Amino acid sequence: MSRLRLAAGAAAAAVIGFGALGVALAQGPAATAVNIDNFSFSPPTVTVAAGTTVKWTNNDDIPHTVRAVDGSFHSKAMDTDDSYAFTFAKPGVYSYFCSLHPKMVGKVVVK
Amino acid sequence: MSAFDGDGESRRGFLKCMTWAGTGLVWTLAGGVPAAIGLEAAAATRRTTPFSFVQVSDSHIGFSKPFNPDARVTFREAIAKIAAMPTKPDFIIHTGDVSQLSKDSQFDDADQIIKTAGVPVFYVPGEHDVLDEGQGKAFLDRYGKGTKGAGWYSFNHAGVHFVALVNVVNLKAGGMGSLGADQLAWLKDDLAAHGPSTPIVVFTHIPLWALYPDWGWGTDDSAQALALLARFGSVTVLNGHIHQVQQKVEGHVSFYTALSTAFPQPAPGAPGAQPGPMAVPAAQLRSVLGVREVSFVARGQTLPIVDQTLA
Repeated sequence: MSRLRLAAGAAAAAVIGFGALGVALAQGPAATAVNIDNFSFSPPTVTVAAGTTVKWTNNDDIPHTVRAVDGSFHSKAMDTDDSYAFTFAKPGVYSYFCSLHPKMVGKVVVK
Repeated sequence: MSAFDGDGESRRGFLKCMTWAGTGLVWTLAGGVPAAIGLEAAAATRRTTPFSFVQVSDSHIGFSKPFNPDARVTFREAIAKIAAMPTKPDFIIHTGDVSQLSKDSQFDDADQIIKTAGVPVFYVPGEHDVLDEGQGKAFLDRYGKGTKGAGWYSFNHAGVHFVALVNVVNLKAGGMGSLGADQLAWLKDDLAAHGPSTPIVVFTHIPLWALYPDWGWGTDDSAQALALLARFGSVTVLNGHIHQVQQKVEGHVSFYTALSTAFPQPAPGAPGAQPGPMAVPAAQLRSVLGVREVSFVARGQTLPIVDQTLA
């Protein structure tokens, strides 16, 4: 997982580095953002192509987590303004929730 | 400090009691019906009390927002309040969210502060205490000696049976707090050794009643635990998590949620609100934080509870 996270970080850096030149990334699409606001994931469902990195950012003033229902990925506790990114290599439907506030649920659909 | 007329069943009466909590209202349970008396009477009661203990909750050490930049400061004040109580409590129970992010430094700070009370402390974890990679290992390494499973245990004190339950681990997507089959099986065995006249005090982090399910303020399998407790004549359930005083009586079971020592949260279902920290003006902060003293006057159902704010 840490390797994937590193890859996501490198991709993000590349976006910043080449964005001004309009160079498309060879690795695939840029990260898809999911915001955590007011105890909900927004948007609650994102649909992405395989290989896409999804990046969650906690805008609440309380920690949250992102945890796959099937256990395939999970973040550490994200404090205010912290982010977590995960790259979805394989197609599928990935349901996730906040393990602190399990009423918060979301879904990543990978085509 | 006049007596409050004890209209404890209605919501309006209840909210009135909540405002009284700020100045030290005493709840007395007699035959399962709550009534309240003023502090002077409570002081008189305390002189004959065989023992008392104190509940603190949701210290969230590590919490830092503009309206409370350092939760250590308010926790220190809470512990100082306990140290200054006329009757020294036999022990403290901490009903969870000791830390904000389960960091060793946060647990260290909490320990340094709480030990100044000079009495033993019993803990249950809150969901903020199981955020380490080991999902609670750091908490258990520190506080969980002799406990079972995710940290549940029981002990007896002066004829009262205390049960510490953990409802913040293995939570399921879309759900609320959870006790789990293993803990419920243990609880059944644990209670089997006690007769129905034994007073029971259960403490846990998330409410054991469906206080506000939309915000996750309840425990999915609490009905099974309450069924096991139904044969006892006096059951008191203490919890934290929602950072405000709420109370409910159901048969012989009395439920009390506690104030935090770090920050308040909105009333359940308040319009436009979410179950997170509620910013308050600095001048008001200490009136919405506090500690709770529980006294055992006599074996039986009478159980005076005093919520004291830090103001």
